[in-house]
Amino acid sequence: MSASLLTIEDLNVSFPGRSGITHAVRNASFTLGRERLGIVGESGSGKSTTGRALLGLVPRPGIVTAQTMTYAGRNLLACSEREWQELRGRRMSMVMQDPKYSLNPVQTVGHQISETCYLHLRTSREDARRRTIAMLEAVQIRDPELVSQLYPHQLSGGMGQRVMIAMMLIAEPDLLIADEPTSALDVTVQNEVLRILDALVRERGMGLIFISHNLTVVSSFCDRVLIMYGGRIVEECAARDLNNARHPYTRALVAATPSLDVPRAELATVVRDPAWLQ
Amino acid sequence: MAPMIAVEDLSVTFRSAGREFRAVQNVSFDVAPGETFGIVGESGSGKSTILRAIAGLVPSASKRLEVNGRPAALRRSRDDRRMLQFVFQDPYASLHPRQTVDDILREPLEIHHEDNIDKRVTAAIADVGLSPTHRFRYPHQLSGGQRQRVAIARALILSPPILLLDEPTSALDVSVQAEILNLLGKLRQTYSLTSILVSHDLAVVAHLCNRIAIMQFGRLVETITADDLRSGDVTADYTRQLIAASRGFTRASA
Repeated sequence: MSASLLTIEDLNVSFPGRSGITHAVRNASFTLGRERLGIVGESGSGKSTTGRALLGLVPRPGIVTAQTMTYAGRNLLACSEREWQELRGRRMSMVMQDPKYSLNPVQTVGHQISETCYLHLRTSREDARRRTIAMLEAVQIRDPELVSQLYPHQLSGGMGQRVMIAMMLIAEPDLLIADEPTSALDVTVQNEVLRILDALVRERGMGLIFISHNLTVVSSFCDRVLIMYGGRIVEECAARDLNNARHPYTRALVAATPSLDVPRAELATVVRDPAWLQ
Repeated sequence: MAPMIAVEDLSVTFRSAGREFRAVQNVSFDVAPGETFGIVGESGSGKSTILRAIAGLVPSASKRLEVNGRPAALRRSRDDRRMLQFVFQDPYASLHPRQTVDDILREPLEIHHEDNIDKRVTAAIADVGLSPTHRFRYPHQLSGGQRQRVAIARALILSPPILLLDEPTSALDVSVQAEILNLLGKLRQTYSLTSILVSHDLAVVAHLCNRIAIMQFGRLVETITADDLRSGDVTADYTRQLIAASRGFTRASA
């Protein structure tokens, strides 16, 4: 692994509310190089909130604190909103779960993608359009000229997700956070999208944080995996060793997943131990 | 043994704005009493539409469509309707937000003029592993898994011989999915239920079903056993692709 792109120490995210403070992320520490890092966990484990915190996108009244949060030598904790805006989209970006809700429904997709180009790269409109078409081609859209003129509702789920990826990658960021990028897609389409992401990591040397609840996908796609439970990172392991994980929670998750290879009469259920939250 | 559900040459066609869309085309299969039959396929393959046609929720055409030996007409009598019950994918959308668990479970019993309503609601709640304290809660006060248990209790409260399951665990976390799948496995034994499980997840279907139909573009590609699915002993290329894809990411293109 090359020098780390992102270093996070003791990240905490909390949301004050009427019934007290909710700690969504507790003391999370990890580093990311030019690799594919998976974050797995169940609903409410803090995996998406971690991703948002890295982009400075935790909504109010959420509070983000950390010992260290550096990205390519830059201290993210000291960033002003203006500096964040320079980083986001240009140096780091995020692919959301559902393209239906994350694309602007009243703009053509070509318009939305090229906007990033002239905002961040200060290109001419003509150049932005050319890059947009090239980018759509890179994410394997068959007729990029046509698709760039379509509105989001005219796209299938798989195409929408590819458009999202194209939009996030057009400014060539070094860090991509993908939050459940394939969960809304059919399995055969899912693998096409994963192949696109894989090629980008290998060819461009991008760092990828891949947030997912799907253990099969994470263990076959990522290099390393963080397992989150109750806002904590309970275990870190190499993706291919996920089936031999040590933490009882990870082992329970693996045993609770129906498998094509190991038929089970009954699935194991996860018995939660309060000690995991200590 | 006569099949519990017999489907022969079932087609469902939707018409809108002068255009026809054939959602299901000439599909045939039988489900034996006590069997759990699986239907897998990707979005738009027509798998849910088949369930809706069997339940009489969409108009369909067929050579034969029989439920428990009786032809299933589009207009169903009250007795026809209680033969089969549905569990839907999204427990957040399929329970009435302004009804308590008690209201939700009571309604089918009242519609069918059943006796012992109070006792049967209590029993149904216990059956799906909820506690009596859940009885007067509203859906928003329950977790996703608890809601799906309520939906299953509602489906089972009229003791139907047939259960139609449309992606019952797709909206749930892995650990909750395991609990619901175990519950369904236990209930089908206790009540010798016949069921059809529709899912896009091959592992879930292989876990619960004996025989599995693979659907693509509204057509039945092939019918295989769970063992065939596990060993990869299948004839259609599409099935092979599906199996490869659900085993996880591979760098080479399929």
